[in-house]
Amino acid sequence: MIGLRARWRLFRARARTFSEHHRSASILITMSIAAVFLVVLPRIPPFSAIQSENPWYDAFANAGVYVLLAMGLNVVVGLAGLLDLGYAAFFAIGSYTYAYSNSPFSGLDLPFFPMLFVGAAVAAVFGIALGAPTLRLRGDYLAIMTLGFGEIVPIVFVNSDPYTNGTNGIGGIYRPEALPFFGEFSPLTSFNYMIVMIAIVTVAMMLLYRLHDSRIGRAWMAIREDELAAAANGINTVVTKLLAFALGATTAGFAGVFSASKLTIVSPDQFYFTVSFTVLAMVIVGGMGNIWGVAAGAFIVFLIQAVLLKQLSSIAELLNVPPIDIGPIHFDLVKFDFTEYQYLLFGIALVIMMLKRPEGLFPSRERRAELHESSEGALDDELATGAAGDA
Amino acid sequence: MTTVTVAARPRNPIGRFIRIAVIAIAAIIIYQLVLFIALQQTWLVGTSALDAQHAFPVAVQQTINALSIGAIYALIALGYTMVYGIIELINFAHGDVFMVGAFLSIGVTLVLFGQPVGVSVTNVPFLILLLVAALVIVMPLTGLLNLTIERIFYRPFRGGSRLAPLITAVGVSFILQNLALVLVGSGDRGAPQIFPLEWELPLGGASVSVLSIFIFGLAVSLMVALNLFVNKTRLGRAMRATAQDQQAASLMGVDLNQTIALTFLLGGALAGAAGVVWGLRFGFVRQDLGFNAGLKAFTSAVLGGIGNINGAALGGFFIGFTENLATACGFSRWSEFLVFLILTFVLIFRPTGILGQQLGDRA
Amino acid sequence: MADVLNATNVTKRFGGLVAVHDIDFSIPEGSIVSLIGPNGAGKTTFFNIIAGIYDPTAGIIEFHGENMIARSRRAWLEPVLWLTPPAILALITFVISGTGNEGLTGLGILVTVLTLLASMVTGVARPPAYQRFMQRFGIFRSARPNDMVVAGLGRTFQNIRLFANMTAMDNVLVGMHSRLKTTWIDALLSTPRDRREEVTSRVTANELLTLVGLKGRGDTVAKNLPYGDQRRLEIARALASKPKLLLLDEPTAGMNPNETADLTRLIGRLRSELGLTVLLIEHDMRVVMGISDRVTVLDHGERIAEGTPDEVRKDPKVIEAYLGTPPA
Repeated sequence: MIGLRARWRLFRARARTFSEHHRSASILITMSIAAVFLVVLPRIPPFSAIQSENPWYDAFANAGVYVLLAMGLNVVVGLAGLLDLGYAAFFAIGSYTYAYSNSPFSGLDLPFFPMLFVGAAVAAVFGIALGAPTLRLRGDYLAIMTLGFGEIVPIVFVNSDPYTNGTNGIGGIYRPEALPFFGEFSPLTSFNYMIVMIAIVTVAMMLLYRLHDSRIGRAWMAIREDELAAAANGINTVVTKLLAFALGATTAGFAGVFSASKLTIVSPDQFYFTVSFTVLAMVIVGGMGNIWGVAAGAFIVFLIQAVLLKQLSSIAELLNVPPIDIGPIHFDLVKFDFTEYQYLLFGIALVIMMLKRPEGLFPSRERRAELHESSEGALDDELATGAAGDA
Repeated sequence: MTTVTVAARPRNPIGRFIRIAVIAIAAIIIYQLVLFIALQQTWLVGTSALDAQHAFPVAVQQTINALSIGAIYALIALGYTMVYGIIELINFAHGDVFMVGAFLSIGVTLVLFGQPVGVSVTNVPFLILLLVAALVIVMPLTGLLNLTIERIFYRPFRGGSRLAPLITAVGVSFILQNLALVLVGSGDRGAPQIFPLEWELPLGGASVSVLSIFIFGLAVSLMVALNLFVNKTRLGRAMRATAQDQQAASLMGVDLNQTIALTFLLGGALAGAAGVVWGLRFGFVRQDLGFNAGLKAFTSAVLGGIGNINGAALGGFFIGFTENLATACGFSRWSEFLVFLILTFVLIFRPTGILGQQLGDRA
Repeated sequence: MADVLNATNVTKRFGGLVAVHDIDFSIPEGSIVSLIGPNGAGKTTFFNIIAGIYDPTAGIIEFHGENMIARSRRAWLEPVLWLTPPAILALITFVISGTGNEGLTGLGILVTVLTLLASMVTGVARPPAYQRFMQRFGIFRSARPNDMVVAGLGRTFQNIRLFANMTAMDNVLVGMHSRLKTTWIDALLSTPRDRREEVTSRVTANELLTLVGLKGRGDTVAKNLPYGDQRRLEIARALASKPKLLLLDEPTAGMNPNETADLTRLIGRLRSELGLTVLLIEHDMRVVMGISDRVTVLDHGERIAEGTPDEVRKDPKVIEAYLGTPPA
């Protein structure tokens, strides 16, 4: 008789095969289920005890921004294998584009949904501008160049007062126009932001998977596996890498516009290296190359930071955790402010992941192949082909 | 018949030294002139342009300043270039090792000297004692830190893909920065500037800071020492061999682990020296010091020719001069932008740098 | 019979070392040519030059009569040329801004930026029309590996360079990259053309896998295949680009006599059934003697002998190169 473990593996293989053959459908199904959870869970304990609905929806909407960013960076780092350390720059460009077009500072008031695309396009333009000269360089040099670019963009924003209001940033940004049926966008109705975000993420995921499963997706993965062999098989590596770069920038642009319209204020200090690093950590922790993986990873990491860490001290209070006294050290969990340490934790998480489980929490198919034992991998192949044969 | 020609190295060390000294002096004089002219131009400097009589002494001061900041960048750049030369990895954490060195030197000075920030030491023997103590304590510590980083975070990736250790290096850098943030807090920390800033030498009608000269001298001495070590000792030869061809070197009996560890140790020590000097010169330390200085130092290393020790020194001074020029003309806000432009141009038009050799294949 | 490939005076210098010296070499269409020589003779270097990985120091290589590989000429002029239109537009915009007309200035900036981007991308992508345009100015850039593939060259590697973590099917599909017509936009929109091509390409890929003896193994991850099958997969991948000339770098290395015989038969079928021309680097003399129409021998970067397998086998220079001169 087949044991439990084997049954689980068979089920997993079949599920994977199904989702690979029916991508868009499985995305819609999963995201709908997720949406239901996201809407309902904050209303029931224990989640409702931690905070009321609106802050939850707010956190989800903000998490969505990072999910989008992670999926975009995944195209660059996870699929094409290019280390971009200045990803926040494109995020900033998208945000500032919307900010400039929709605030008392400039006097303009352009509609939100078209501006999503405009902001994305502007970011794409900069992605091409940065990528065209630098993508010929070796990976390490590309990393430094992108790091430099990520540093320069906020500096330029700080020093361009007539257009960007310098260090103070642009405030009072207009929110998106009211939606039919859902109503207005305001700090009190984070629900609307969340719904829009879920829609954007779903569409983005479908589009990204289409690319992933296509000729260009294979070309990216080939470049990542062995760039020389990829070129020797007819792939114009520079153009292909440029495309990855530009699409990554576009996604960040989308995220930037949404974020600006939600926070209603943009300032240069929102876009420093810390942000680029955080998104990179999300991609690594989630699972480089796996679109679902990085989405889940980003969501989890963001919520840990936005909700768990904030609430950890009150949870400690709730649980009546006593302070620890060892000699001169007095350590009181209740009074501890975890948010100060979040970036340190991200750094540690990334490094531990790279050392111990570089394929991430939810590895992509290629990375699973890379790190499985050969025999185990062959077994999974058999299960998959068997499953495909049945289906 | 194949012809194999190997370029002969100039075997006259005195001659090389004289050549380098001449070039250096010429560069300094040229820079002095450039500054002298630039400071007088209103279209460049705006309303604070000076007349010839005032411009000259200011130019002299700034030139000496440029030498000291260039020396700091050179010291840090050496670490980047040595590590890249030997394992082809950008040690992102190197700039943060420098930052740690700066913090450590504050600690050492406070412990030994005990006085609050702002008081300098005028008693010369005591000053010398403090400086030596700071260097002797901090340099091995930062060297050890760099070595430990290699051992724990980079060694597991040796021989594999290049993407993974790069990401890890970024992670380590991030950890160091945030560790400093958590332990010390954000914002500038005052460093005791024990070397009296008011000591000056008259030179060319201006008063030139002795501290800057000291920094320059210290850096040059360290660089000469490093050069001698790499070129004249057995361990140094092992380093050079490993940098050229890892596999061949190990086949010849070179202990790769030991050699790479040594490289990191030396690089870290130099970064520590730079950290000590930074505190003396600028009087403040911040947790993102390493990030900014590291970027500039890496640009220096690339500019001079990555993997080339002399190149790192050359690049460091060049970047130092550039930054000084920008600051002197009032564009300090744009100095990072300028350095990034230099990096861009170098990587696009001459990625091997000024003193570098051709690298291998292309896809 | 026309020559598929024609190399004249090809030389390659690495710093002080001359790897390949003044080689003339041609491959008649439909033939199987072997390149042999002791280790370090320069065979792989020559291979890599033909494949577009190195620029030769001197000499030219014509592929189907077209000059594809030679030392790059006037490469510096290229960026100057494609920077000129944006530069002119920038100048015009500058002049316009002097008039104070804000709208027009804004338009000028926009046009300049877009032109600059278009120029940069064109300069990077180098479509054929652009290359022909550049040649009018005497600018020549040697073909890169992907250019050679588009022109009809396929190659395998000495130490198998498959995409190890991708499936066999995916490997072959990547090989087909240059012959597939769908773009990323087609993929994004999931156009009927894209869906159709995905289906037909897989059918073709399966045919290729069957041809090399890997029928039904499409879903196996490449690195899980046994060694001999990996070599076959690499050939299938190279065939996917519909090459006219196939470069095989030591295809039978590490194979036992049975596998070697199988592979030799396969190479023969590639010529007889698919009409391919094949260039082989080989150390296994049974393969070389058994299947080659012509053998060229390299030693120390120079061509020391060329002819039918029998002629070469008896050539004293060849014997000396491999075995050395007997002591006097």
